[in-house]
Parts: sequence; C-alpha cells; structure tokens
Amino acid sequence: MKLEEERLIDAPTNEVWNAILDAAVLKDCVPGCTEMTGSLDDGLTAVVTQRVGPVKATFKGNVTFSDVVQGQSVKITGEGQGGVAGFAKGGADVVLVPQDGKTLLKYTVDASVGGKLAQLGSRIIDSFASKMANQFFEKFQTIVEGGDVNDTASKASAKGGFLAWLMRLFGRKA
Amino acid sequence: MSEGIGARVLRKEDKRFLLGKGRYTDDIVEPNQAYAAFVRSPHAHATIKSIDSAAASAMEGVEGVLTGPELVADGIGNIICGWGVTSKDGTPMNMGAWSALATEKVRYVGDAVAIVVADSPAAAKLAAEAVVVDYDVLPVVVNSVDALEAGAPEIHENAPGNLIFDWEIGNQEPTEAALASAEHIVELDIVNNRLAPNPMEPRAAIATFNEAEDHYTLYTTSQNPHVARLVLSAFYNVAPEHKLRVIAPDVGGGFGSKIYIYPEEIACLWASMKTNRSVKWTSDRTEAFLTDAHGRDHVTTAKMGFDKNHKIVGLRVNTKANLGAYMSLFSSATPTYLYATLLSGQYNIENVYADVQGVYTNTVPVDAYRGAGRPEASYVMERMMETAARQLGVDPAELRAKNFVKEFPHQTPVIMAYDSGDFKANQDQAMKAADYKGFEKRRKEAAKRGKLRGIGFSNYIEACGIAPSAAVGSLGAGVGLWESAEVRVNPVGTIEILTGSHSHGQGHETTFAQLVSERLDLPTDNIQIVHGDTDKVQFGMGTYGSRSGAVGMSAISKALDKVEAKVKKIGAHVLEASEDDIVIEGGAVKVKGTDKQMLWHEVGLAAYTAHNIPEGMEPGLKESAFYDPSNFTFPAGCYICEVEVDPETGTTDIVQFVASDDFGTIINPMIVEGQVHGGLAQGIGQAMLEGVVYDDDGQQLSASYMDYTMPRADDLPMYKVMHQSTECPGNPLGMKGCGEAGAIGSPPAVINAITDAIGNNNLAMPATPSAVWAALQEVSAKTAAE
Repeated sequence: MKLEEERLIDAPTNEVWNAILDAAVLKDCVPGCTEMTGSLDDGLTAVVTQRVGPVKATFKGNVTFSDVVQGQSVKITGEGQGGVAGFAKGGADVVLVPQDGKTLLKYTVDASVGGKLAQLGSRIIDSFASKMANQFFEKFQTIVEGGDVNDTASKASAKGGFLAWLMRLFGRKA
Repeated sequence: MSEGIGARVLRKEDKRFLLGKGRYTDDIVEPNQAYAAFVRSPHAHATIKSIDSAAASAMEGVEGVLTGPELVADGIGNIICGWGVTSKDGTPMNMGAWSALATEKVRYVGDAVAIVVADSPAAAKLAAEAVVVDYDVLPVVVNSVDALEAGAPEIHENAPGNLIFDWEIGNQEPTEAALASAEHIVELDIVNNRLAPNPMEPRAAIATFNEAEDHYTLYTTSQNPHVARLVLSAFYNVAPEHKLRVIAPDVGGGFGSKIYIYPEEIACLWASMKTNRSVKWTSDRTEAFLTDAHGRDHVTTAKMGFDKNHKIVGLRVNTKANLGAYMSLFSSATPTYLYATLLSGQYNIENVYADVQGVYTNTVPVDAYRGAGRPEASYVMERMMETAARQLGVDPAELRAKNFVKEFPHQTPVIMAYDSGDFKANQDQAMKAADYKGFEKRRKEAAKRGKLRGIGFSNYIEACGIAPSAAVGSLGAGVGLWESAEVRVNPVGTIEILTGSHSHGQGHETTFAQLVSERLDLPTDNIQIVHGDTDKVQFGMGTYGSRSGAVGMSAISKALDKVEAKVKKIGAHVLEASEDDIVIEGGAVKVKGTDKQMLWHEVGLAAYTAHNIPEGMEPGLKESAFYDPSNFTFPAGCYICEVEVDPETGTTDIVQFVASDDFGTIINPMIVEGQVHGGLAQGIGQAMLEGVVYDDDGQQLSASYMDYTMPRADDLPMYKVMHQSTECPGNPLGMKGCGEAGAIGSPPAVINAITDAIGNNNLAMPATPSAVWAALQEVSAKTAAE
C-alpha cells in the first residue's frame, strides 16, 4: 500500500526536524511501542505490540535513516519480524517545508506485510496503516506544538519518531 | 428388494459418519506420540542465510528442531513429479529440486524450512515461532505470463526463464491452414481462475518408527496409500517398501489434493526416526491454503474457425499453465494430457493444435483438482462455442448439434478415441427439462421486474477411467493405472472385498458391495469393503480421475469371475451335477431345474474344510485380479444454466440448473446424484465465488475463509439432475464415471448464462457481484459512447 499525506505543524522547521530524529519522541508517538533504543547513526531498534485484525503480535525490528538532507528531508526505512504473525516492512519519505513560521510535514509511506498478516489481515492493512499514521502524527503534532520537544530531544540522540512510527506501522520489532 | 446394480441403497458408511464415529488420521493416538509444527517461509522467494534453532530447541517440551540440511544429509530424496512431459524440441521437462525442508532457498510463502517436534501442539507451535531464520529476500513473480517475460526472477536454476516445458499436441500446419481459409473466426482470451481445493478434513499424518524392527507406520490423509508408499520408498528413501506400512483411514474429502506426497508426511516419517517418537501433524486451515496443491490457473488464447455452413474447421489454443514453485506429483500431466486431449470437445473437428507452456512461479504448487485439466478444457471449448454462436447469430444449441460427433468410435486429432455417447440425446433431454423454448418469454417477464435473465449451455466431455497403463506409459506416466481387487469368501460365507481404490467420500463401501450383491445375489450386509491399508490390500493405484467405478469395480468384477468359476466347480462336485447346470441365485448355488442346492455358507464351509472338493482343487475361496482398462471412458453431458442478474448490484441468482449426464451404467443413482450435486457446487463455486489471490510480493491474500468464498447451500439452486446414458464398451460393467462431471461441466454454463444476461462477453471467473457490475458498466459506457 502507498500512503501520501501532509500535515501543518505549528512549530519551526528545526524543532520538527529534531523531533523526528528523536527516539524518545518517537517512542511516545508510536502506538503500542514498548521499547526503543539505539542511535541515529547506528540505527534504532524497537518493540511494538499491535493487533491487526485477527492477528496480535509483538514486532521487533530495525529502523534506519538515509538520504538525510539536514533540516529538510529524510528517508526512513524499517522492517520488523512478528514471529508467526509474519513480517512488515516499509519506507517513508519525509519532507519538511517551512511555511510562515510553521512547518508543512509531507510524508509518503510505502508499506507491505507478509505471512499471517497478509493471509488474514490483508483487507484491513490499508486502513490499519492509515489509522496508525494518523495516530502517530496526531501525537507528534501535540508533542511538538506543546513545546516538549527540547526536553525529550535532549534525552536521546536517536533518530526516531517517524522511524518508530514506521516501525510500529510495519511491525518491526526490536 | 434388490440391492444390486441400479438400487438406491443407503450408504453403509454413513452410520459411522453420522454418529461422529468416523476414524480419521487425527483421531489416531499412538503411545508416546509427539506433535510437529513447521517453520514456514513468510517470503515468496528468498535465500536462507541462516537458521538459529538454539532458543527453540531449549524450550520446554521440545524434542527436536530439524532442518533441511540434516534431512538431505540423511539421504532423504527430493520430491518428484511422476509424469515426464517432453517439449516440442524433444527435450525433457526442466524439473527443479524440491527438498521436503528447504535447504538454500525458499520459493513460496509456506515453503517448509524446519520441523519442530514437541510434547504438545502448543509447545511445537511456540517453538516453531522461536526458530529464527535469516532470509535474503529475492524478487518475486506470481503469474505464468509475467514469469515467462524476459528478466523475470528465476526460480529454479535448471529451468531458464521459468519454463518447465513447452509442449504441443495436434497438427499445427493443417490447423493454421484451416484457420487461414475459414469463413468465420472466433477468438477469445480465457483465464481459468486459481482454486484452493478445501477438503473438509485438512491433511494430517502420524508417523511411527519402530526401532526394534526398523519399521515405519504412517497414517495419512491419502487418496492412494500404495502410491504413497511406493514413492516414499523408491524416491524419498524413507524406508524400503516392506518396512513401511501406509494407512489411509477415513479421509474427509480429497478432490485430488490428497493424491500427492507432500513435504509434511516425509518430514514426519523422518522426524519419527530422528526423535524415536510417533510424530503427528494436522494442518490448520490457513496452512492448507498455503500448502495443499492448488488447481487450475491457466491463461489461454483460443482461435476457432468455421466454414460458411458453421461447421468447425479448426481450433488453435495456447495455454500458459502456472505450476507454482515446485512440480507436484502429477502437475505436468494435468495441463497437458489431461487437458489438451479434450480440446475437440463433443465436436467433430478435423484440425486441432494446442501448445502449453508449464511455468514456475513463486506460488503454491499446482496440480490436479476435481476434474484436473478437463474443467479447463471444457471451459475453453464451451466458452468458444457460446461466443461463436453469438458472433454468428445462431442458436447455441443448434451450432453445437451441427458439430457433434455422431458416430463412434471417433478418433479426435488430440489422441483420444471416443468410444460411445449420444450428445444430441443429452442435449435434447436437458433442453426439454429446462423448457428452453420458453426462455424468451421468461426473459421478458424478468425484464419487467428489472432483472436481466440469461441462459447458457455447456456440452462437456471428459476422459475418465484413468487409464490404460501402456497408453499412459507411452505418454510419460511413471506408473501403470490399472487397479487390483481381492475377493475373500469366508468359511461362513460372508465376503470381504479388498480393493486398491480408496474411498474418501465416494461411497465405495456401498457401491462396491452392490456389485457383489448383484453378482452373488447376497445382501450387502454380508459384504465388507476393505481399503486404504498397504498391509491388507496387495496393491492399488487409488482413487482420482473418476476411475474407481470403471477400473476399480472392473477389477472386482474380474476377481468375482474367478470366484464364481470355483464356486460352480465345488457346487457341481458336491451336488453331483454338471458345472454348466450350476447357477448362483438367492444366496445359494443351485442345480438348474431341480431343488438341489447348497446355501452360500455351505459353499464357503466346503471350500475351507476341503473335505469334499474336486480332486486337485486348492482349498479355500479367495481370488484376486488386476484389471487394466483398454481405453479411457468418456462421460459427457449437457448442462444448462439460467440466471437472473440484478443490474443495480451485479448480484446473480441461478434460477435454474439442468444437468443431463451420460455416465454409462449407474450402480447407485442416489450416490451418483450426490456426486453430481457436489461437483456442480464446486463448479458454480469456481464460476461465481472462489479464487486464490496473490499480491505482487507473492503473499496469498485469500488464505482463510474470511477472504476465500466457498459455495454454501444458499448460493445454489435446486438442481434438475438426470441421465441419458449409453453403455461404455471399454469395461465389463459399462461404467464411465461420475465423480468430476459436475465440476467439469458447470463453470462454462454459468458464465455463458451471465454473459448472455448482461450482454458483455468480457467476464472472468469468479463472476462476483462486483465483477458482474463492472462488466455491466462497460456495456453502459459503450452504449453511451455510441
């Protein structure tokens, strides 16, 4: 599935950028995320528990960041293994566009699932992914606009929110 | 009342089934049994980089985690296809290696990577989840057309371009010439949708290695336990035949999917030896979708030529057959010799040419499924005939009748020699029953209610009674397709029939007993049918291809001939009469025209006490026979389907379905009608409901009943089933076989009816409401544009 959306965040671009690369922010934003460790440079690992239709699984996986254009855009890819539930993988191209002191966050997500998730849950994967993305950015926006970013950002150098969201979206696990 | 041939005897086996007392493989409990779970690939195509089973092996209750390299090291052979098909250029087919547990690569989602043996099913499944397999994912191809494109991912090294074989049949040049000079040409692209077989009982196995005797016992859901033993022994080197007993107890449906030897049975046998435990595995439903051989999946183009009098002058067919990731046991025969040999249909066509490409893809292996190639052939023929009738502006029934084969035997240009039939009689019977003449009136009446009414024919023919051994041997079969039988008359006069056929829903325990009842004039209660155990039955080829009546019962008939001959000798000796005057009737051996007789139990006793039998005669009363048929049999018929489509929703109701079949001799009309009903349900399922769907990554999206629609009672009409039979000259009973006809004949009738109703011939199976609605929109768009 492919998901293309955008969202206007009431915060300067550099704050949004920092938040995206912040593992702690990511962990807070990713529904079902129980663990997120690692660093931007080495990549993040995460554990996410989610129920997709009839399949409930704990995904462990990795997230990596590439094509980084400082303060502007990043490609986040990840994949997670959910045991017998199968696997999920995907990538997101994130672009930040300054807009009157605010930031337009555009993202294109490409996701795919395999194994039991595909066999049993394929009909609802699209709506599931879309719901997860909405929840993630809702939370992300709240955190960034609430000004918590610097607090959380200082806690970790990981890159992550988006990454984690992606991860949890795709079921990668730590 | 007679219980012989033609009687509607209630099924003897139904007592235990209806009481829930059937004994299926999963019901078998061995002492000290363990349970298997398989680690399966979630990827459709990947290299296995490593398998880490340390954590799984250490889990509580886990007996062992076994992988492909260990299996290969123990000398377990690759799974093979038992029918060699030769390409146009004379080269043998390109069969890729298939290990029961993958070694270096996985090639479809569900491919088995490891077997976990544990004390409970739950422990086995949990441990299977803990096995960590590191995959390097490769590009994937899922359909036969894409797989043949240049640059497609290569699935097996020794099958360049994923081509397994490029096979042909018929006469190419005369066919092309006939088409070139034809007055009318009809062309059609036809897709035969991929189906999952879905027997009610999933596959299961329980394997026991007896270390003290170096002996294996395997209970398994098989349609042909002797063939399973042969293949497990000769090719997979699990154990020599005399050290391997295979038992197929009650089996809850097969439809072809239980013919083949799968990785799981092999792995259970091997794991039993490795762990010294009985190892049981029972498939769950999604596992069945992922591993049971699928059916159909053909992409076909067809071109038919007619002369100015609407006689067919030639037919040219190309089919790309998706065989999945590995070659299953008969996968090569299904889209070739079981398919293209019927591309003459019921019609007298001088020139037919077909070529078929068998293709590897990253999908579940594809093999024979109820009808096995013949539904695909009848779908091509009957969609073409209906399309031709519309294009030529003639009545579809008349166009068919004009082209029927009318004289028998009839040699087609595609190997088959039809031995009997009266196609017009079946068509007339069906048209009368369907009130074909009144259809236009019904169509108008339906239109007043806002419904689109349509009618469609299907005049199918199939080849059953598989098959003359020498003939199939010359075509590449690795086995002979005869059948064996043994008739044991016990000292008390009761009878056991041991048959190499296997009943998994066909009702053999009833119909085979009826044959004996007919011949010996005994009640069926005195007759027991024994099957499905290699320790009891001498040998047998099993049940598929509607062969058990025509071949299996013919073998019984031959053995009964020998029993009768011996009984008459004993009777003549004891009753002091001439053998020619001895008759068998009323449960006794009698001297014609006198009141002298021996009751049947007295005959049995005489044979076994041997106090007073002819000099030189061996004691006992037990005879066996092997019967090899002289030809295929050719069941045929005419099906008429009438539908009403709701143009607002695309929903189709089958308002009438008439089936007139020619099955030759019918032993039990009730069972035959049941077979036709079931076959029609599966055919209508294919036409309107069922379809396996893969995404581009090779994930099977329809792997549960949430997404794969099986036909239910309320999807189906009340059928009008009838017979108009000609006797089959090829076997002693005159039987043709009825097991697959319904599934073979019905899909084209349904699609012909729906396309007639909606006025758009561009409609693929399954014709779901959304597909029908989309086809209706095409019509609207076209009309608007005009």
